[in-house]
Amino acid sequence: MTALLAAISPDADIYVAQNVFFGLIAVVMLYSAYRVVTTINIVHAALWLVLVLAGVAAQFILLGAEFVAVTQVLVYIGAVVVLFLFGIMLTRASLGDDETVREEKHAMAAVVGVLLFSVMALALIDTWGDDRIVIDEPQRVQEVSDAIFSRYIIPFEAVSVLLLAALIGAIVVARKD
Amino acid sequence: MNSLLASMAPLLAEAPTGPPSVTNDANWFLENAWLIPLLPALSFVLILFFGKRMPKKGAEIGIAAVGLAFVLAVITGFAWIDHRDNFEPAGTGGEEALVIGDDGLTSSDSLVLTAEDGGEGEKGGEEEGPVPVAVQSSTQWFQSGGIEFNVGILVDGLAVMMLFVVTLISLLVHVYSTDYVGGDRRYTHFFAFLSLFTASMLFFVLSDNILQMIVGWELVGVCSFVLIGHWWEEKPNSDAALKAFITNRVGDVGLIVGVITLFFAAGGGKTFDTLLINNAIVRGEVGKTALVVAAAALMAAVMSKSGQFILHTWLPDAMAGPTPVSALIHAATMVVAGIYMVARLYPVFYEGMQINGSSINLLATVGAITLVFGGLLAFVQDDIKKVLAYSTISQLGYMAMALGVGAWTAAVFHLFTHAFFKANLFLGSGSVAHSVHSFDMKKDMGGLRKFMPKTYITFIIGSLALAGVFPLAGFWSKDEILVGTGGWNFFGGTGGNGAYTFHLTMGMIGAALTAGYMTRCVYLTFHGEYRGGHAADDGAEAHHGDPHESGPRILVPLYILSGFAILAGLLNMPKGLALWPDSWEERFGHYIEPLGASYFPGISHGTPSYSLAIVSSLIAFAGAGYAFYYYFVKVDRLAKKTGVSLTGMPNGVTTTNPVARVGHKVLVEKYYLDHLYNGVIVAFTKGPLARAAYWVNQNVIDGGVDAVGRASVKSGRFVYDTIDQGVIEGVVNGSGKVSDATGEELRHLNSGKVQNYAAIMFAAAALLAGSFIILLAL
Amino acid sequence: MFLNQFLLLAAALFCIGVYGVLVRKNGILVLMSIEIILNAVNINLVAFGSLTDDVAGEVFALFTIAVAAAEVGIGLAIVLLMYRNRRSIDFSEADLLKG
Repeated sequence: MTALLAAISPDADIYVAQNVFFGLIAVVMLYSAYRVVTTINIVHAALWLVLVLAGVAAQFILLGAEFVAVTQVLVYIGAVVVLFLFGIMLTRASLGDDETVREEKHAMAAVVGVLLFSVMALALIDTWGDDRIVIDEPQRVQEVSDAIFSRYIIPFEAVSVLLLAALIGAIVVARKD
Repeated sequence: MNSLLASMAPLLAEAPTGPPSVTNDANWFLENAWLIPLLPALSFVLILFFGKRMPKKGAEIGIAAVGLAFVLAVITGFAWIDHRDNFEPAGTGGEEALVIGDDGLTSSDSLVLTAEDGGEGEKGGEEEGPVPVAVQSSTQWFQSGGIEFNVGILVDGLAVMMLFVVTLISLLVHVYSTDYVGGDRRYTHFFAFLSLFTASMLFFVLSDNILQMIVGWELVGVCSFVLIGHWWEEKPNSDAALKAFITNRVGDVGLIVGVITLFFAAGGGKTFDTLLINNAIVRGEVGKTALVVAAAALMAAVMSKSGQFILHTWLPDAMAGPTPVSALIHAATMVVAGIYMVARLYPVFYEGMQINGSSINLLATVGAITLVFGGLLAFVQDDIKKVLAYSTISQLGYMAMALGVGAWTAAVFHLFTHAFFKANLFLGSGSVAHSVHSFDMKKDMGGLRKFMPKTYITFIIGSLALAGVFPLAGFWSKDEILVGTGGWNFFGGTGGNGAYTFHLTMGMIGAALTAGYMTRCVYLTFHGEYRGGHAADDGAEAHHGDPHESGPRILVPLYILSGFAILAGLLNMPKGLALWPDSWEERFGHYIEPLGASYFPGISHGTPSYSLAIVSSLIAFAGAGYAFYYYFVKVDRLAKKTGVSLTGMPNGVTTTNPVARVGHKVLVEKYYLDHLYNGVIVAFTKGPLARAAYWVNQNVIDGGVDAVGRASVKSGRFVYDTIDQGVIEGVVNGSGKVSDATGEELRHLNSGKVQNYAAIMFAAAALLAGSFIILLAL
Repeated sequence: MFLNQFLLLAAALFCIGVYGVLVRKNGILVLMSIEIILNAVNINLVAFGSLTDDVAGEVFALFTIAVAAAEVGIGLAIVLLMYRNRRSIDFSEADLLKG
């Protein structure tokens, strides 16, 4: 990150290196996401998902959000993907290629996706046409933690209760009785 | 897209500024009224944990707590009257700022709000200078994201009145229940939840901000759910509980949308405080669009909680609960929560619905339709509690209509009187049912006046009060509502906020209906010959002997409520009729209505009119008289002749009594008479009006389809002046077929596959967003 | 950097996720597609946080991650339950909602 920031060109508004990396990462992410939703092998899908999640973490770093990026790697790639792999094993889903995209739904889903994207793209370009992000320095962890434990303490507590409820709920739903 | 943001701008008003002037010398009882809800809340916890081990299974804790709360409420009431009479405005009015929980969680700020100068309104010279209108004590609950969330109490006339009503009726119901549900398998839990309900309702009534109101609103909903399903082992009971809960969820969505809109539009995104929000609206600082949205959204909440037309269907089913619960929750207190909320946030509706100077608006019209529709349905019920349930719906319609036409005091006064006589009637029906072990008037009742003379007298008093007979409570409040419509144009008219002639007409029809169905109910229950018990058909001996009068724990609450049903109306006798001293007039309005307060819109008052009172009384008497003639004279005579106890004229009387006999009565009255004729003859077989209305209620409304069918049925009825069953049948079946076909088409979308639903949802969201963009770009 | 490049990337990821939710039969793959959608939302939050130099964006992204973790836990539990009851996690066979 420091290296990236050091490479900022004298003209502070044009982040050449960042833009190059953004493009590369974005292409990888989009292709990986496409593979996640189309690949016939479920384990491969999980691995493609790792690439998407890692790409998101990289975008967070580009945006100067280091702490979120680290959390993303820890929670998503470290925990959630492993959870998915456990799920695949426990349900004995076939690792072969009998998992296919439902052909009859393909067209409808594609239409919905394209429609949604065009509406969103239209709105975004219309609204945020030439707003630029200027990043002087990454957001410090201290600021984030200060905010969480003062201003957002109630939502934080609510999330902890939610996690507890989800934990108990998952056990209740999934246990054998 | 910028235009999208721009269009939101009016929704985001500035935070309210310029608080009303403040003093800090209010009575101790007014500042600490939070003790009143606390007592039953503690009682709930105690009963839950220790109730089963107590000698009376927990009932004594509930009665003690609610009794204490009642005493406190009475003291608070007197403290309020004293406060209102002897208020000395602070010399430095307006200097102290309205501080809400400025420092830390323990700060408690008590303050007294006074009226702004020059806001005396139309009452003339009676109120000079600042009027003490509210005592507010609040403390910070928590803060998050820079917004402070307070919890506090707001005590003013309206709140004090509700404190009195809720605690009194709750106390009587507690006492009554010790007999009525004595020996029940969940006796202790019953009392625990009665206490919790009382606490929640008082919490709701006292809340000083709209967020707290939501909490109370949901709490009373949960208690209602639990108590309707008290005997959940039987399927209809648990179904009724679920129906009540789910129907109320529909309204709750409206409530949440309305509260969020108010928070941003009137609270400036900073405060939920009721007074600040009302102040901002009264001062005209809030955008019109936002108010319309908020009023319409809150309207949905009112319609579900207060049983207004199309969301009322849960209320009759809620009669599956024990009768004391019906009396307390589904007649006197919880169902008026919606009315109370409108009264509390009146500026929202007054401005949002544009009540002043108009002749129609949503709130008043929904109320007017509800009161006639509910009254009609009350005719065709065999279950005594359902008659009373539809009657409650009808009376709630009166209250909503009164608020809608700007007659704030009349609505609140009707709420007050209705609580007493309706609780009286419900408890009376419970007394009857306790004796004959049934709620069916036609099968198991009749002639009970001989067996239960005391219950009979209290029931008669309640019925007369409900029907609006002259000196009893219902007359005064109903007359005041009719005056408030401003639709009376004869003999000088009445004035008021607008010219709501349609609503006046509906109110008068409602008065006749009310008198009629209560006469029918009284006849079927207490007159004629006793039909239950002896089981003539199977030839066996009596199931449970003759009915007997109930015990003192049931009768004493009935006596007390009858007393209030007789006298409560005298609290607010109209001005200017010169029959009584001036100091007796409008005491209720004087102490309850915050007229001239900075948080209350400057509504106008109608002037009472002899002519209107006489005409509306005559209409009510006509309704009662016809029902009386039909039942007490004709049916009774026929019953004596044949020696069989009858519940209506046998088939054929309809044909020998053609509609011509009714003569040239107005169309609406014929409408009502057809009901009476046919609804009572072998339930619904021949009665087009009752039947169609009931059919619509059960199928069209419950089915969620719009009331097209009803409209066509109604117009059909108006066109054909003689009963043409073929036509009615055809229309009914036809509209049924139409809705059936629509359903058939829609069924194909309903594949049951979640992903199809998801696809429809995403596509619809995209289309909706796209159409917003296109609309805003134009 | 333009704000829009992040927002458009997020929008594209979101739509790919929606496509996955709609076409995949396998319950676990549907959950994975939902994860893609949630991550797209997070990119938006962080991007807006950077634009306004406000820490709130990151804080809410963290909350979203926590909620997503809870969602995966419950979602997989439901899929396991479905597998146990029907020996299949094919969502196209789950049509008890049919009216």
